Amino acid sequence: MIHIDSIPKLKQGVKFRFDRARDAWILLAPERLFMPDEVAVEVLKRVDGVRNVTAIVDELAAAFNAPREEIESDVLGMLEDLSRKGAVSA
Amino acid sequence: MTSQPLALIAELTHRCPLSCGYCSNPLELERASAELPTEIWTRVFAEAADLGVLHAHFTGGEPMSRRDLSELIGAASRAGLYTNLITSGVTLDDRALGALIDAGVDHVQLSFQDSEPATADAIGGYRGGHARKLAAAARVTAAGLPLTANFVVHQSNLHHINEMLSLGDDIGASRIEIAHVQYHGWALKNRARLMPTFAQLEAATAAVEAARERLRGRVVIDYVIPDYFASRPKACMGGWGQRIINVSPGGLAMPCHAAMSLPGLTFPSVRDRSLADIWNNSEVFQLFRAPAFAPESCRGCERLEIDFGGCRCQAHALTGDATRADPVCELAPDHGLIAAALGETASDTVIPRRMTARD
Repeated sequence: MIHIDSIPKLKQGVKFRFDRARDAWILLAPERLFMPDEVAVEVLKRVDGVRNVTAIVDELAAAFNAPREEIESDVLGMLEDLSRKGAVSA
Repeated sequence: MTSQPLALIAELTHRCPLSCGYCSNPLELERASAELPTEIWTRVFAEAADLGVLHAHFTGGEPMSRRDLSELIGAASRAGLYTNLITSGVTLDDRALGALIDAGVDHVQLSFQDSEPATADAIGGYRGGHARKLAAAARVTAAGLPLTANFVVHQSNLHHINEMLSLGDDIGASRIEIAHVQYHGWALKNRARLMPTFAQLEAATAAVEAARERLRGRVVIDYVIPDYFASRPKACMGGWGQRIINVSPGGLAMPCHAAMSLPGLTFPSVRDRSLADIWNNSEVFQLFRAPAFAPESCRGCERLEIDFGGCRCQAHALTGDATRADPVCELAPDHGLIAAALGETASDTVIPRRMTARD
């Protein structure tokens, strides 16, 4: 389970990049493609194997001037989902 | 507007040291002398990336039979494609893997015929093959590359499903594919000797579900059941001409690797047309492309946008008419053919694939 102290990182073979053909950020994994929504893109830009979830939530709360609790639950939910799908580990 | 393709399946060669009787290659295999040269593949990868393709799957036959494989992986990688090598692994030694890593390979998928060496080698027709695959898997994970272990399952190896799932985890795969044989190409020829019973299928599905729980967060398990047991068809390759371009060893572009089985089609060649021209304008890619095409009996069905009436090659293989609804669908007029196929009794032996299919 991902929790607030987890330090998420992209799993081996997973690439997060901007796709010019689709004008969108994409997450490429072995035989899988994820099209993250806007919130997920902002989270993924901060998933670097260094920041923990708390730091990511703090940054997002500051950047988007949004309630911290709401962001925290969104970020945890999204990272847990990507962890189950094999794109993120912690 | 036509959607952008997501994946290029580069069938580099039909040559293969293995001879599995469920091979999805066509019965008429293309010969080495007819294979595309390095420079045409290189152009194709660049054109694919421009067209929006994200994944390049290197397959065959055995893609490692191509001496220029690392050069081809390098070309695809430089074009910005995610490179996936789908191999039996029997020739994946340190030197070969080193060259592939230098070229930028992103992921390796190794196929396994069983968890038991003796039966695995018998199915693949390659003595010592299983041991070589295990060694290849160890090399891949030691190099820090992500690994998928692919197990093709059918009536004579399904009782090892738990052992297969454990083996995949033991060798450090981050992804396991349990793929029931699909009945195209050589597999259709051998259907009666491969088709599992319903009880086997149910037990396998339960084993996969349990393993998914057990391995959650560590290993992703993809599970593909045989179409014949489904009540609704699959969207053929995500929709004919919607997501995938398959290029044969000789350069023919097809919406699916099995499309060669459809009679009367003239496939465009990447030798003389660009991939964009083929994708957007060729007759074959538009032939069964939704929404312009829909099987007659599917019109008005609420699931038409989900499965587009199923697989064209399966419709043709079973009914003789590629425009009919996939008989897998419970609502299809020809659904009775599926029950008949499931009731077939086995013939004597599985016929191994070989280069000369006609005799």
